[in-house]
Amino acid sequence: MARKLPRKDVVIIGLGWTGSILANELTDEGLDVVAIERGPWRDAPTEFPPNYQQDELRYRIRHELFLQPEQNTFTFRNKMDQTALPIRTWGAFMPPNGVGGGGVHWNAETWRFLPSDFVLRTHLTERYGANFLPEDMTIQDWGVTYDDLEPHYDQFEYLCGTSGTAGNLRGVIQEGGNPFEGPRSRPYPNPPQKQGFGHTLWGKAARELGYRPFPQPSGNMSQAYTNPLGLHLGPCTYCGFCEWFGCGNYSKASPQTTILPVLIRKPNFSARDNCEVTHINLDRSGKRATGVTFIDTSNVEWEQPADLVILAAFSVFNVQMLFNSGIGKPYDPVTNSGVVGRNFTHQTMSSVDGFFDKEKFNFNPFIASGAIGMCIDEFNGDNFDHGPLGFVGGGYLGQVQTSGRPIQNTLVPPGTPKWGAQWKKAVADNYLSTLVGGSIHASFYSYRDVYLDRDPTYTDRFGRPLMRMTIDFHDNELKAAQFLTDKYAEIVKSMGARQIAKKPRKGPYDIAPYQTTHLNGGAIMGPDPNTSAVNRYLQSWDVPNVFVMGASAFPQNAGYNPTDTVCALAFWSAAAIRNQYLKNPGPLVDA
Amino acid sequence: MEAIADRMIPPDPETPGGKDAGCALFVDRQLAGPYGHREGHYNRPPFMHGTKQQGEQGEAGPAQQYRTALAALDHHCQSKFSGKPFAELPDGDKDAVLHDLEGGKVSLGSIEGKAFFEQVLKDIQTGFFADPLYGGNRDMVAWKMIGYPGARYNYLDWIDRHNERFPLPPVGLTGRIDWTPKG
Amino acid sequence: MRRQSKTSVVLIAACTIAGCCGAFVARANAAGPDEQKFSEIERGRYLAAAADCFACHTVQDSGKPYAGGRPLETPFGSITSPNITPDQETGIGSWTDDQFDTAVRKGIRPDGSHLYPAMPYTSYTKMSRKDVLAIRAYLNTVDPIRNSVTVNTLPFPFNIRTSLAVWKKLYFKQGEYKPDPHQSAEWNRGASLVEGAGHCGACHTPRTFLGGEKASRYLQGASLQGWFAPDITNDDKTGLGKWTTDDIVAYLKTGHNRFSAATGPMAEEVVHSTSNLNDDDLKAIAIYLKSVPGKNTSPEPLPATDPQMVAGEAIYRDTCSACHGLDGKGVARLFPSLAGSAVAQSNDPTTAIRVILRGARSVATSAEPTAPGMPSFAWQLNNDQIAAVTTYIRNAWGNSASKVSPSAVKKRKADLKNRPD
Repeated sequence: MARKLPRKDVVIIGLGWTGSILANELTDEGLDVVAIERGPWRDAPTEFPPNYQQDELRYRIRHELFLQPEQNTFTFRNKMDQTALPIRTWGAFMPPNGVGGGGVHWNAETWRFLPSDFVLRTHLTERYGANFLPEDMTIQDWGVTYDDLEPHYDQFEYLCGTSGTAGNLRGVIQEGGNPFEGPRSRPYPNPPQKQGFGHTLWGKAARELGYRPFPQPSGNMSQAYTNPLGLHLGPCTYCGFCEWFGCGNYSKASPQTTILPVLIRKPNFSARDNCEVTHINLDRSGKRATGVTFIDTSNVEWEQPADLVILAAFSVFNVQMLFNSGIGKPYDPVTNSGVVGRNFTHQTMSSVDGFFDKEKFNFNPFIASGAIGMCIDEFNGDNFDHGPLGFVGGGYLGQVQTSGRPIQNTLVPPGTPKWGAQWKKAVADNYLSTLVGGSIHASFYSYRDVYLDRDPTYTDRFGRPLMRMTIDFHDNELKAAQFLTDKYAEIVKSMGARQIAKKPRKGPYDIAPYQTTHLNGGAIMGPDPNTSAVNRYLQSWDVPNVFVMGASAFPQNAGYNPTDTVCALAFWSAAAIRNQYLKNPGPLVDA
Repeated sequence: MEAIADRMIPPDPETPGGKDAGCALFVDRQLAGPYGHREGHYNRPPFMHGTKQQGEQGEAGPAQQYRTALAALDHHCQSKFSGKPFAELPDGDKDAVLHDLEGGKVSLGSIEGKAFFEQVLKDIQTGFFADPLYGGNRDMVAWKMIGYPGARYNYLDWIDRHNERFPLPPVGLTGRIDWTPKG
Repeated sequence: MRRQSKTSVVLIAACTIAGCCGAFVARANAAGPDEQKFSEIERGRYLAAAADCFACHTVQDSGKPYAGGRPLETPFGSITSPNITPDQETGIGSWTDDQFDTAVRKGIRPDGSHLYPAMPYTSYTKMSRKDVLAIRAYLNTVDPIRNSVTVNTLPFPFNIRTSLAVWKKLYFKQGEYKPDPHQSAEWNRGASLVEGAGHCGACHTPRTFLGGEKASRYLQGASLQGWFAPDITNDDKTGLGKWTTDDIVAYLKTGHNRFSAATGPMAEEVVHSTSNLNDDDLKAIAIYLKSVPGKNTSPEPLPATDPQMVAGEAIYRDTCSACHGLDGKGVARLFPSLAGSAVAQSNDPTTAIRVILRGARSVATSAEPTAPGMPSFAWQLNNDQIAAVTTYIRNAWGNSASKVSPSAVKKRKADLKNRPD
């Protein structure tokens, strides 16, 4: 029997990026807000200080800052006719845990999506005809446009002190930036980060091949910065321990560095850490949330009544919460009906390793930041003519090597034995003159048979069904991967690489190798309640006092990292709540 | 384990091998800790075999797997090489056994030989390159070998220096010799 | 006469509404200067912040303001602060105004016994009676809290208060602040605050072995509570010489300026005291402090070849420079500057050693909410290494100060063992 707590105006599930943004916006509105976070409190100088967080084994290999599968995990299968088995240890993705969420360990690659990404089905149909798209591809328009979100992209970038060079200022293309990006209203708040030798050479080679390279937009500070909330960030020192790690010297944008110190001083804000919300409670009609139920570390169950529920857990956990709370009709791939679990996507990652002559090239790979790098966007989205190519989508190509951490970055050229004296010598000879990885960061469009639902066999520690992921690559994505990989390899070759190892993504989708944690969809936004779980303001079509943040709203994934878009949507939704919903609580969009 | 480590990473005049670098010690310590017992993993039944894409589904953790597999490996060597366990074989024979394991030609009872080989290789190489405080990479020998400066945090004065060798010696989380005043 | 001022306010209000208030109003008026007056209470609240009564008379995070019970460290043992809420039995509710004034400005309790100078009446004597009574008026409006405090906690022979009569003869110069006619009104205002209500010397002036302030070393820095409260004269190396008055004002008001940040006991001071003072008063304090001459001794910096400097530089580059910068200048309002820093160059290196051992969290105020923290290095650096890096920061970038020995670090560790904060 859950013990009932005093009522709050707002309860926020999860205190990561979107939870912190919503908490700050709604407390500014004068509301009484409580945030409930499954994981622990995380504070920079005590949890990841710059004197022991430079530990590749602890944080990258043993993933200390991440969720333990024992606490929650998923089951996985490629196809509907297979039996899904548990993801017993993380591989393909690594969900965050704790206050700050993914904002603690992300690289801070801060990309806007393209204007065409938001109206994808309309755009591609217009350009190529409806028959060009695979029949089982379920991409949709988002219900919002790039122009709707532009002020909120700007808001997030200034909150973070994003370092970059604008490519399109109010319609005027700018030299040195991304010429394909949507128009931005003003420049980045900080100049771009500096680039290392490898990044610079790659950019030069790309330019000589006729591309227009630009520095990757980075949430690592290129200089000391004070954000609009009065919080100070320091200059990034290119330590090479960025993604997977917390930042020890206040130079990576995170909720800790950009929001929380201001938020926690507000008397109308409180937070509970190490408390797991198990479900959103609904009234008898099922159309109104009355609050949430959560369990503390003593396994005591509590009820937190509230008038407004913001679901801001990580994307897949949002979907799980909707399942567990009976909000929205679960998606059935056979009948193609229902919305919760529909349009689940990941990211299609490929890479190219370049081995160079050690007498001529010393890349010092350990000098890097999380979002350093030079990129080209010629092959992203619909920036190029897909007509002759037979696929849609694309991604940015970037020489964005972020570290030289030796456990993961001691590659040997193809054909070298994997162990023994030759291996050892090859490692020594190649470490400083190898460009590892390269980023081919491509879209993953949505398909009818790639979805989330509840597993029939495996349960979590509360006895609830785990979420089941049914996911595989389709030909469209694999064709794109091969195409992009070949283009990338050309650039590396033209840099003067002695030997190249191309690693285009190949199917089947494999749960073991890491491929970004950009899991999206499952509670998608859209103009039509038959094919989306939330409306354009991220408000649940079914329960109007529940708003669902995060990448679970993406109807398909674009060829970019998601955080800028996730947070722009959060600001956009917060504005709608403040300016419209609070004045007149109820559905903001007619169904 | 030391014998395996010294074949996977053989000693040479410039850099010690896996044994003297402490790789076996590293693996031993890791197996004794949370890694060895799959702490934090989803360890609930039912345990079923899946596709390769579905990842590790076995019930036994690495610690248990190592014990079973190493015993089986010695047993294999003893039956093939007149009663000698792995560690007593000449280097050439050791390498042959490892190649066979790698090629899936050796059975280790309940443990799949190829998978075990890959596990050991990964663990030994991890120990070779991890911070010395974990037992491997003693005196930062691996980092010195490749030119990796270690657990540093500040390269602000180096980001613009392209194609130049970084001159400072490596430092671990517990420091380097230059941290202690001389004399 | 019972003086339940708070109740009287309520009763008067109630009576005014009910239309029958004569007797109550008359009784309130008969009490003397009207301590119910809004402006008096507001002034008293301001002066109580300046005098920081809250800090010593409140147990941190107890939710019981001014109820006493906070242990105060003195060279002679621990003293517990009394309850100064208006509670009749356990607080000072039953004291007369004269008794209050005598306690604050003369160090004598109603029963005639002396107060230990942990109560800084040696500074408060400089306040005017009017100011002290305003504080009294404010204190009369705070929640009366029942909290019986045992004040006599010093060991023998210090528990014998009569000996304080002798101490007072040596160290207590009674009397209000007298303005210096050669100085501006602003300077005098600053002096009266620093020497009076602010009682800055109570922490920042070193003491004799008898516990009295050493007048000849006024504001030149003192050891207390496991910290070294720095020199706040205008000394160029160890004091405020490199700070402008604006820097001092920013520090006192927000806890941060472009060079440094308040931490430890000073963080508390900023939150409860100086962040509540107005800009004019803070400027006056700054002007006064800048006028106090420093010792201005300039020791030779240690040569870079000294073994401690060589080792210290290596440690500094590897573990400190990512925040404090290779040039020692840190990042304004985020990482304190060590180059030219008074704390780094203090005669007594206690604070630097302590911060390296324990880490530190700088103060959060509304104006400066970031509150950056520094981690602890005690697990990572041994005594030789801490001594080397401390010596290095004291002598690099143009700094100059004495070497720090490993045994000094060892002593600091031993002292910190007993300090939970």
